[in-house]
Amino acid sequence: MRAAGGEAHALPGDVADKRDAHRLAGAAAALVGPLDVVVHNASTLGHVPLLPLLETDCEDLERVLAVNLVGPFRLTKIVAGAMAVRGRGLVVHVSSDAAVAAYPTWGAYGVSKAAQDHLGRILAAELEGTGVRVVSVDPGEMNTRMHADALPDADPAALADPDEVARRLAALVARPEAFAPNGGRVELARVPFEEAA
Amino acid sequence: MTAATWPRGEPTLDRLLHLDRRTGRRRDLRVGDLPALLAPGDLLVLNDSATLPASLRGRLGGAPVELRLAGAREQGGAVWDAVLFGAGDWRARTEDRPAPPPARPGDALALGPELGAVVEAVSPLSPRLLTVRFAATGDAFWSALYRHGRPVQYAYMAGPLELWHTQTAYASRPWSVEAPSAGRPLAPSLLRAVVARGVGVATLTHAAGLSSTGDAALDRALPLPERSDVPAATVGLIEATRARRGRVVAVGTTVVRALEGRAAAHGGRLVPGVATTDLRLGAGHRLAVVEGIFTGMHEPEASHFALLEAFAPRAALADAHAHARAEGYLAHEFGDSMLIL
Repeated sequence: MRAAGGEAHALPGDVADKRDAHRLAGAAAALVGPLDVVVHNASTLGHVPLLPLLETDCEDLERVLAVNLVGPFRLTKIVAGAMAVRGRGLVVHVSSDAAVAAYPTWGAYGVSKAAQDHLGRILAAELEGTGVRVVSVDPGEMNTRMHADALPDADPAALADPDEVARRLAALVARPEAFAPNGGRVELARVPFEEAA
Repeated sequence: MTAATWPRGEPTLDRLLHLDRRTGRRRDLRVGDLPALLAPGDLLVLNDSATLPASLRGRLGGAPVELRLAGAREQGGAVWDAVLFGAGDWRARTEDRPAPPPARPGDALALGPELGAVVEAVSPLSPRLLTVRFAATGDAFWSALYRHGRPVQYAYMAGPLELWHTQTAYASRPWSVEAPSAGRPLAPSLLRAVVARGVGVATLTHAAGLSSTGDAALDRALPLPERSDVPAATVGLIEATRARRGRVVAVGTTVVRALEGRAAAHGGRLVPGVATTDLRLGAGHRLAVVEGIFTGMHEPEASHFALLEAFAPRAALADAHAHARAEGYLAHEFGDSMLIL
């Protein structure tokens, strides 16, 4: 991003930690000014190898919900109020097909992503008319460590390149209204993007 | 007046004392009544500044000190004005704190493992008012500041505040070293109700400074010059409001200072963008932009009270405060509210 003439900052933190969420939002706004977009892409599978629900510890489920649902919600709460009074903003939840389909052993993760999708729909309904949009995106299966943790036997060549998916996400962020209604869900594979020169 | 010593749960139920500027009539209401007190065509102006973790504990030489940031010399820069306190923390009243060791240009301040600063200048106003330069910049500076800093707070609080206690529901850029607390009770649903009434809502960002330093000479000089950024869209909304004879209502003294200071510097005209004001408002000030103020209830101490005198005569304000005290209104940043309109 810097090579392309943009401004980029990396601020590490634990999305499930309340203090870190406030530190992150404050430092980000100090560095780049009022925030227009928040993309919730951090998440956890919970226990790996993946386990059936009846073998999942409740504490592991709580941790997955803290990272994938409550933490992103807290960050949205911190930044979206200012977006609403300024009259513009975008909240993107990175979802998964596991939010829709009931895949055995994907219980904790799938539940967290389904809950996040629904949280996004309700938030969108509540923010209707403020200029703040909320969308969920399904990035598809990507060649990431997370995917390897979940499905170690998958063929990496059959998986999407995360860099390409990120470009599609950037295209969506630039024009969200072109791809999804407020509160809607988008498969990123359907979002066109410019090939890097 | 009794101080509110901790954030309270349901802000729309906080008390609101309405002082009518035209009739002088006084009414005891709730913050949730605010939308009904505004008229369609009015404009509510918010300070969307977030609050910094501006209190840093550290050492000067071998001595324990607390450095409270007062304001950035330039936004995003490493040079800050700051007030040095001696040993101890917010639990002691600022005027009871021991004096810090004398600081000289070139002295090093150690403020945490990744946060060091050098004293660049000592103000002629007070030996405690310093200009300091942090060694870290950019990501490293802001990460370290948010890791080591705590919110500035005062001795009447029941316990140590977390950063989230100090933010409004619409906090954006962190420019303020103390919370712009007038807006604290304005929950998103209350702002929606204001908009539904046909009242506009606009924002500016004003860097609220320190309200007390414990040094009498420095306290008399407060508020120090403060920076604000008024978007062109807000200037447009204010001009449209005035053109239709609507009322511009400031949420907090910081909004009054930002708008009136700017107007005073340009012959009554509002110029958008970033500017610094040293305007000190008081009884003699003729309000050029703002007609009303929604503000926190505070003790009738010098600077806050003086600013309110631009809105109502001293006698009416003194009477309102005596009434609030008798009725058990709570004071300070987590206290009850007042509307002078």
